[in-house]
Amino acid sequence: MKLNVQDLTFSYEDKKILDGITFSVEEGEFVSLLGPSGCGKSTILKLLTGVLTPVKGSITADGQGIRGLSQAFSYMPQNDLLFPWKTILDNVCLYGQIHGSLDKVRQEARKRFLEFGLAGCEDFYPAQLSGGMRQRAAFLRTSLCQADILLLDEPFGALDVITRGEMQDWLLEMRKKLNRTVLLVTHDMDEAIYLSDRILILSQSPARITDELLLEEKSRSRDWLYRQGGLRKEIHERIMANTSL
Amino acid sequence: MKKYSQKIMPALLIAGLLLFWECSVYVFHIPLYVLPSPVQVIRALLEEGATLAFHAQVTVAEALAGMGLSLLLAVFLGVIMDCFPLLRQSIYPILVVTQTVPMIVMAPILIIYMGFGIAPKILTVVLMCFFPVAVSFCDGLSQVDEEYVNLVRSYGAGRFKAYGLVKIPAAIPSLISGLKVAATYSISGAVVGEWIGAQKGLGYYLLRVKNSYMLDRVFACVAVIIALSLCMNGLIRLYQYHALPYMRKKP
Repeated sequence: MKLNVQDLTFSYEDKKILDGITFSVEEGEFVSLLGPSGCGKSTILKLLTGVLTPVKGSITADGQGIRGLSQAFSYMPQNDLLFPWKTILDNVCLYGQIHGSLDKVRQEARKRFLEFGLAGCEDFYPAQLSGGMRQRAAFLRTSLCQADILLLDEPFGALDVITRGEMQDWLLEMRKKLNRTVLLVTHDMDEAIYLSDRILILSQSPARITDELLLEEKSRSRDWLYRQGGLRKEIHERIMANTSL
Repeated sequence: MKKYSQKIMPALLIAGLLLFWECSVYVFHIPLYVLPSPVQVIRALLEEGATLAFHAQVTVAEALAGMGLSLLLAVFLGVIMDCFPLLRQSIYPILVVTQTVPMIVMAPILIIYMGFGIAPKILTVVLMCFFPVAVSFCDGLSQVDEEYVNLVRSYGAGRFKAYGLVKIPAAIPSLISGLKVAATYSISGAVVGEWIGAQKGLGYYLLRVKNSYMLDRVFACVAVIIALSLCMNGLIRLYQYHALPYMRKKP
């Protein structure tokens, strides 16, 4: 499913947060929104999911206009937001519970537990899992939605450096299998370089898209990432060019 | 060892206090109508066991009915107040005011309105138990992280479904805390209602034996009231243990 965002503008209590955000994401493409903390990256995802309403602008998925809550998107927030009172299996089947297809989603979920490194944790409660496992469970919940576009809001931001690296490796592997359109919000340059087909750079608030970088490398690895010093420097310079300290 | 001493110390302290009490009654020749000894209280408890059990049954039934009503009312009103903040602002002060009226004043008024049946006793329990349950539940609902609600909304859940999926389950621990407090009050609430006007129940029994200066029986009845209040609290804890396994403390 192709996503198109045109002139998206949002204000909160007379303060402009987003100023005419325009971009598109092709079907199956992995695009990262990279920008300084507090610039309004997460707000873009909240507008896409319909939790917030834009002041102006339009969102279309495969040419269909989207207003309010939409089934086109599946959202994964920064914190795992697993319900502490539900088992992991019940947590990941949230979409099925909401839409009355619990048995079908439950069957699908059971098949995927191994793939997501969660085999044997079906009946555990979130408090019994490590941070990395919780994030994988949250990602499984997101992927079990019938939506074609995954919106990931700094999914590994709350993890320690080592676990975050492991999760990025895992997501790189998973994105080939999932074959979905992904929009990732992050402030981690390495994460954006490692995972994305394209990086959109946002300015400070009120956010605008100031730059776009295409990453064509197909066979990525940690070694490849460590050799991207020049690219990292270039991205840093582009961000700083639009940031006043 | 530390855990063992933590349990044994309070028991030893209580045993010591009872021993001191028993000795004091004998040493100072305190008459029964002033202060019975623990042994006399236990004797009265055994002699009056059947009578106390009969009256306790009535009191427990009133307490359970009052608790159940309080729970239903608190959940209903809690959700309504959370849905409509303006309503919360209007109702909340009234709830607080109801708690400032002494129950010993309210109970006779309820009897005037409702007669000597079970209804005014249940209502006394409701008036004592509703507030802690309602306030805990309302606070629990208002403290739910909005991100959870946003998540289920983004998955396509409507406003009321979000309550069922997120807000109410997330507020259950707060509701349980309120219920624990209310459970302890519930037996006392029923006793107050019976004290003012009844033909059965622990409050009625207490009034009867007090008027006869049978203080050993008064103390025995108080011991039963304490035990029942603790049992009510224990029931809620038992429910919490079985129904909310995720809240169990890890070893």
